[in-house]
Amino acid sequence: MNWQRALVAASVAVPVLVLLRIGLELDPRAIPSPLPGRPAPGFALATLEDDVGGAVGREGAGAPASGRAPDTVRLSTLRGDVVVLNFWASWCLACRDEHEPLSATARAYADESVRFFGVLYNDTPDNARRWIRAMGGQSYPTLLDPDARTAIEYGLYGVPETFFIARDGRVAYKHVGPVTEALLVERIETLLVAPQPPGGP
Amino acid sequence: MSGAGAAARKARAARSRRRRVVRLALLALTGLISAPAAAQDTPPDLEARTRLVASQLRCPVCQGLSIQDSPSELAQEMKQVVRAQLAAGRTPDEVKAYFVARYGEWILLEPEPRGFNLAVYLLPVLALLAGLAVVGVVVRRWTRSGDVAQA
Repeated sequence: MNWQRALVAASVAVPVLVLLRIGLELDPRAIPSPLPGRPAPGFALATLEDDVGGAVGREGAGAPASGRAPDTVRLSTLRGDVVVLNFWASWCLACRDEHEPLSATARAYADESVRFFGVLYNDTPDNARRWIRAMGGQSYPTLLDPDARTAIEYGLYGVPETFFIARDGRVAYKHVGPVTEALLVERIETLLVAPQPPGGP
Repeated sequence: MSGAGAAARKARAARSRRRRVVRLALLALTGLISAPAAAQDTPPDLEARTRLVASQLRCPVCQGLSIQDSPSELAQEMKQVVRAQLAAGRTPDEVKAYFVARYGEWILLEPEPRGFNLAVYLLPVLALLAGLAVVGVVVRRWTRSGDVAQA
């Protein structure tokens, strides 16, 4: 009688405990993104201009051969390049930690087919300009995303988030939280050795 | 021996009364379960439809609230997207699919009843039935031992 009761109790308790143990390991704030592997949502966004009328970061890796960043950046024209898309805001504390790694890595890859873009998230251009100046400049252009339409297209739920877009225009990786130089280099190198899309430059 | 006969009759009556109570409780509970599943019809005006869809989408910032209830900027912007898409003639299901394609099924406050998600809908019912079965067995055991004691 007693061992039967123990068996019944165990058959109920053990699965419940196993489920609770699994639940303990899960991060309730981690939202699985369905984007990696899918074509990156397209966008056409204006660049953040600095006070004297030039785009911020025009000397950086995001600038085209002419030396001046275009006023509107279209993702569709970047096919064949590896694109690093970093959503940020001046009110975001973690974005300060990744500013230096991002700017340094963008400079390091200035001569390769890698394009870095910041996308301003729920922030004003004035605040963004002030932040960039205080941080000692940004080596790539930042794009303006009014009403967060592009952020929603990318399934953004906070800043910073960084998307790595492969040469074939697909989202390869999504990184939540501040990036490090090691992570940027590893992701970019992986995507640079990947074959170019057919018909690409 | 009419005393023993009366006691047995009383016990039988009590047993059937208990059974009736259990049956009524079961009916009431199944009624409670099926009531919220009643079909929602789509209201005609845009604001009401926007509210309906927005209340079914989870806010990515606060997570516990729908974008209808959340005061966060992102939720407000997502609600604008919902309104714009509904105004453009998309159906509520198409709008929800748009967000699912970007945020995953996580964005739906109520998971779709299919696959593993079915557990969410079926387990409570199964647990309830199991509980009722246990109650039934225990009640029967009590009444039976009562019979024996009275007889």
